[in-house]
Amino acid sequence: MDATSPATDKETRATRRPSRRSWWRRNENWILGSLSMLAFLCFWEIAVRAGAVNPLFTSSPSRIVTTGFAMFADGSIYEHLQASATEFFTGFALAVVVGVPLGILMGWYSRLNAVLEPFVSALYATPRIALLPLVVIWFGIGLGSKVAIVFLGAIFPILVNTITGVRTIDADFIKVARSFGSTDRQMFLTVALPSSVPMLLTGLRLGLGHALVGIVVGEMYGATQGLGYLIAVAGARFQTDKVMVGILLIASLGIALTELLRAIERRFERWRPNQRG
Amino acid sequence: MAAARPPKLDVRHVSLEHYNERTQQALAVLDDIDLQLQEGELVSIVGPSGCGKTTFLNAVDGLIAVTGGEIRVDGRLVDRPGPDRAFVFQHDSLFPWRTVVRNITYGLELQGRLAKAEMQERARSLVDLVGLKGFEEHYPHELSGGMRQRVNIARALAVSPEILLLDEPFAALDAQTREFMQFELMKILARAKATALFITHQISEAIFLSNRIVVFSARPARIKDIVAVDLPAVRTLAMKHDPGFVALESRIWRLIEEEAARTGMIAAA
Repeated sequence: MDATSPATDKETRATRRPSRRSWWRRNENWILGSLSMLAFLCFWEIAVRAGAVNPLFTSSPSRIVTTGFAMFADGSIYEHLQASATEFFTGFALAVVVGVPLGILMGWYSRLNAVLEPFVSALYATPRIALLPLVVIWFGIGLGSKVAIVFLGAIFPILVNTITGVRTIDADFIKVARSFGSTDRQMFLTVALPSSVPMLLTGLRLGLGHALVGIVVGEMYGATQGLGYLIAVAGARFQTDKVMVGILLIASLGIALTELLRAIERRFERWRPNQRG
Repeated sequence: MAAARPPKLDVRHVSLEHYNERTQQALAVLDDIDLQLQEGELVSIVGPSGCGKTTFLNAVDGLIAVTGGEIRVDGRLVDRPGPDRAFVFQHDSLFPWRTVVRNITYGLELQGRLAKAEMQERARSLVDLVGLKGFEEHYPHELSGGMRQRVNIARALAVSPEILLLDEPFAALDAQTREFMQFELMKILARAKATALFITHQISEAIFLSNRIVVFSARPARIKDIVAVDLPAVRTLAMKHDPGFVALESRIWRLIEEEAARTGMIAAA
């Protein structure tokens, strides 16, 4: 319930006193951020053109853009994008479909939690990347192993956060539902699920990060296509421009998905103080 | 005359023991409680803190099983929560993710007896009844404490219970709001023609809102006395200063004080 963020505070103050000063205050952060980024890119480009650094190691903004356009133009990038996207969405969707219901059940039934908790804790503590060789032995170097590693990366944050969400349900809500004669199913749908939504979304956001690491490392370790594979192969051939394009695409994917989740979070948290969307 | 009509609520020789897992001892909470409520009656329970008032109300709601005797509502044995009873909790416990209207329809949704349009309609008339017109689509965090308690009461009334159970509904409100809400509740209960069992710590609140007051002894709770409130049906807050009201207040206070002194909660004068 303590969702007061300084950003919203600032916003309300700004809307109360509309002036040029407040316009600056509202936009200050992103303007400063963009300017510093722009300055960095200029510095990079100039440093390469002036011959101060070797483009073989650092590439340069203009080279990255040119290479990127070329890869899209000749279509060589699409198979990698498609492969990574398929791995990511399949693995992540599986993690959500398994993790959320299992998390709710484990949060609710302490006996089930007692049975499964050791496994969850052990696997949550293990860097899932360490399991990669095993996963490749089991699922081969194709799509299967990548989906598995994305799934393993994403499911534990989702599971652990959903369990916590259900565990911390206000006992009064349960009492209210019970007093109105709620069945178990109704208790899940009308109390357990909605009140654990904030924690659940936090789990999804954390899981997203792990899933991205999963695809990149999975494709670097053993694969024939995908963005991670592209980065690894280009790196081995000193094609720095291509490496940078791959990194940029992965980063964009991460940013886009995180923003999407933020939007969903805002939609679900309309009812929270200071978070009306 | 009372014998002619079966009581709305019939509590017969109810006792309840609570078993403590840690100390492995049974603790008697309720001891041989006998109480009948007629239709439309408003009855309060007062008693020293921790005497088992809330436990009793939970038992009537069916949230806790009794260990002796029986509780009947309209002749039906109470063994679990049912649609014939509705509970108004001490903390408003509104679902923060539901709007006012959707909080009020909660019980109806669970029962699934009504179509969506009918539920909406009933919710809107209840919003009117509790004086919250214009706040239908607000979320609980946008309401004041008093407004939230109104929603809480409306949520309980929505399922058209035979009997309303209120567990210190105003305990979390400030003193002024509490006075106003007492007056509001009296009007709401009269308009809804409700039968209600009410728990409170505040004696004047009990007198103001009820036809009869049940005084519980210290734990294990027994009925120490039942005091009839001989005041006009329509009450005003000003009545709290009437000599009759004040006399009743001190009479009930003495009963509670005796109990508190008996158990050493306060030193006997």
